[in-house]
Amino acid sequence: MFQTLIRRIPSAAAAALAAVTLGAAAPAPSVTPNIITIGNFTFGPEVATVPVGTTLTWVNGDDIPHTVVAIDKSFRSPVMDTDGRFSFTFTKAGTYEYFCSIHPHMTGKVVVQAP
Amino acid sequence: MQDRPHRRRFIECMGWAGTGLLWTAGGGVMSSITLDRAAAAAKKTGVKPFSFLQVSDSHIGFTKDPNPDARATFREAVAKIRAMPDKPDFIIHTGDITQLSKPQEFDDADQILKEAGLTVFHVPGEHDMLDEGGGKAYLDRYGAGTLGDGWYSFDHNGVHFVGLINVKALKAGGMGSFGQPQLDWLKADLAGHSASTPIVVFTHVPMWTIYEKWGWGTDDATQALSMLARFGSVTVLNGHIHQVIQKVEGNVAFHTARSTAFPQPAPGQGPAPGPMKAPAGDLHAALGVRTVSVVRGTGPLAVVDATLG
Ligand SMILES: [Cu+2]
Repeated sequence: MFQTLIRRIPSAAAAALAAVTLGAAAPAPSVTPNIITIGNFTFGPEVATVPVGTTLTWVNGDDIPHTVVAIDKSFRSPVMDTDGRFSFTFTKAGTYEYFCSIHPHMTGKVVVQAP
Repeated sequence: MQDRPHRRRFIECMGWAGTGLLWTAGGGVMSSITLDRAAAAAKKTGVKPFSFLQVSDSHIGFTKDPNPDARATFREAVAKIRAMPDKPDFIIHTGDITQLSKPQEFDDADQILKEAGLTVFHVPGEHDMLDEGGGKAYLDRYGAGTLGDGWYSFDHNGVHFVGLINVKALKAGGMGSFGQPQLDWLKADLAGHSASTPIVVFTHVPMWTIYEKWGWGTDDATQALSMLARFGSVTVLNGHIHQVIQKVEGNVAFHTARSTAFPQPAPGQGPAPGPMKAPAGDLHAALGVRTVSVVRGTGPLAVVDATLG
């Protein structure tokens, strides 16, 4: 009876998505902006591996608000409504796990590698 | 689920589209009956029945597909309530009053609900916790007489009502959560009531795990349910998932309600639990309110869910 809503992923965000490497693959090229797209209640990519000094930008492509909150409290976004953005610069190497405080089943990870 | 036959009967009975579950509280396991039978049973036992209304997930401020104006559909729901021939005693709103916790959204929701002319009891949804203070705006507005993050209980015609909060300080990877201080309070609150007291618990996120992957459940609900196990009649009313799903487990009947703003997919159907597009004519069939009637001293209970169109 109903069709599931097909969400718009901003094309700029979709293009920039490729700039963030997945998992523990080769070191990421320092392309800015590095974008993590929030779509269908997931972070894409779920695991982003970047070099120290990278600024990551989360963009909400859903019709529902989300947040990005680091479990170690190192960053916390305000509520991002549709097309809302939040950026954070990673100045220290390490693994940063984060989640959406509104929908805590949404989790992601940023692996920041030393040069 | 079970609501379909009730819906048909309710349409006949009330004359406006939809379903409702009419509950009678009494001994043993609850089962659904029609409004007519409840009234007849009430006459026999000499107990004056009462009903209350549940609305949920009004998401005031939502303006996207499939509903460009969540205020308008909420107003329609309230108009239906106002037109009911048997006035409910009060309204319970099971959360996500607003979309983004903005003062104007809360103001508009209050303004619209006021048109019903009934007392309203609130519990927050996760969308009502999005202010700077992480729920302070909600508490400032609705928290008078509540404890902790806003939980409370009250008695009405021999039925004990408990409003719980399971959308605050959620943990990564988890679902809804009550937290220990609230569970401790619940234990003490229930301690003063005999096992024959009908209990109605209302909270935003479902108190049973409907779909873990989408967070449709409450991590520490089992603790709350174990405290409720000794009661003969427990009715749990939830929102959050924007659709009617019901389950009976022992003496506990669980119900989720429709939203007045937009429908969400069935558990696991589709990629995510977001708003579902609905063909223009079908949106109203996916939105609704719920009537719960309580008739003391009779066995079976029934609840009626009503759609907006
Ligand atoms: Cu979220």
